[in-house]
Amino acid sequence: MRWRSRLTDEGDHDEKGIDVTLLFVCLGAAVGAPTRYLTDRFISSRHDSLFPWGTFIVNVVGSLLFGVLVGAATHLRVPVEAMAAGGIGFCGALTTYSTFGYETARLVEGGARLVAVLNVVASLTAGFGAAVLGYALGKIL
Amino acid sequence: MTEPRRHGAQVLAVIAIGGVLGAAGRYGIGLALPTPASGFPWGTFIVNTTGCLLIGILMVFIVDAGSAHRLARPFVGVGILGGYTTFSTYTVEAQSLLASGHPELAFGYLFGTAAAALAAVAIGVTATRALALPPDRRGGPR
Repeated sequence: MRWRSRLTDEGDHDEKGIDVTLLFVCLGAAVGAPTRYLTDRFISSRHDSLFPWGTFIVNVVGSLLFGVLVGAATHLRVPVEAMAAGGIGFCGALTTYSTFGYETARLVEGGARLVAVLNVVASLTAGFGAAVLGYALGKIL
Repeated sequence: MTEPRRHGAQVLAVIAIGGVLGAAGRYGIGLALPTPASGFPWGTFIVNTTGCLLIGILMVFIVDAGSAHRLARPFVGVGILGGYTTFSTYTVEAQSLLASGHPELAFGYLFGTAAAALAAVAIGVTATRALALPPDRRGGPR
């Protein structure tokens, strides 16, 4: 992936040796993680269901946005800072695997095996589909 | 500020700080384990599976043992582990493998991560209950 090699190979350090890319990753994550929490609370308060809608939606939306960024970077000059802050930082912290895994385990433990299986199938299908769709949208931007 | 409002602000602040720490850790592992073109994304795989192991351990202390500080879950669970693990990088990496003509790797990565991550949560929960909880409470929360 071009954006990945640009981020990792060049090192992108300033004169003092600080990894500037890391600063942009942190900036994006500082916004992404609280956005995930607020979105989850907003959605959970409106859905009285076992299915973890909050985590599902942040994971699908984050996959779509990151897909758009990577797709756009194939033909536009997306600055490395935008990729770091928006992609790795914001989308990376907006989405989560640990909460997805934990919520699935809780469903299994609580006896809701069907909802657990549904959560895994739906999250993987919709998340992957969103990344494919986002990438295609980014390419025609 | 009123008490609940101050509490809400504290929760958001520790989530943001934790998210930054977790994302920085993820970025560091990504630098240490760069994915070769059309190769298996080991960096993200390791981040997501270790993050799932850690949330399994953490949640036993928070939910089952009930002994944690009120900010432990937002700071460590929502912030650090939520910022450390990622779903979007995972799906975009799988998309990229598929687009570059490696469907077996793309779907192997997609399902392999899910299987390993769910096993990691179960191992974290079970092992921590066995080691940290008294025998009568190892079956899980009441």
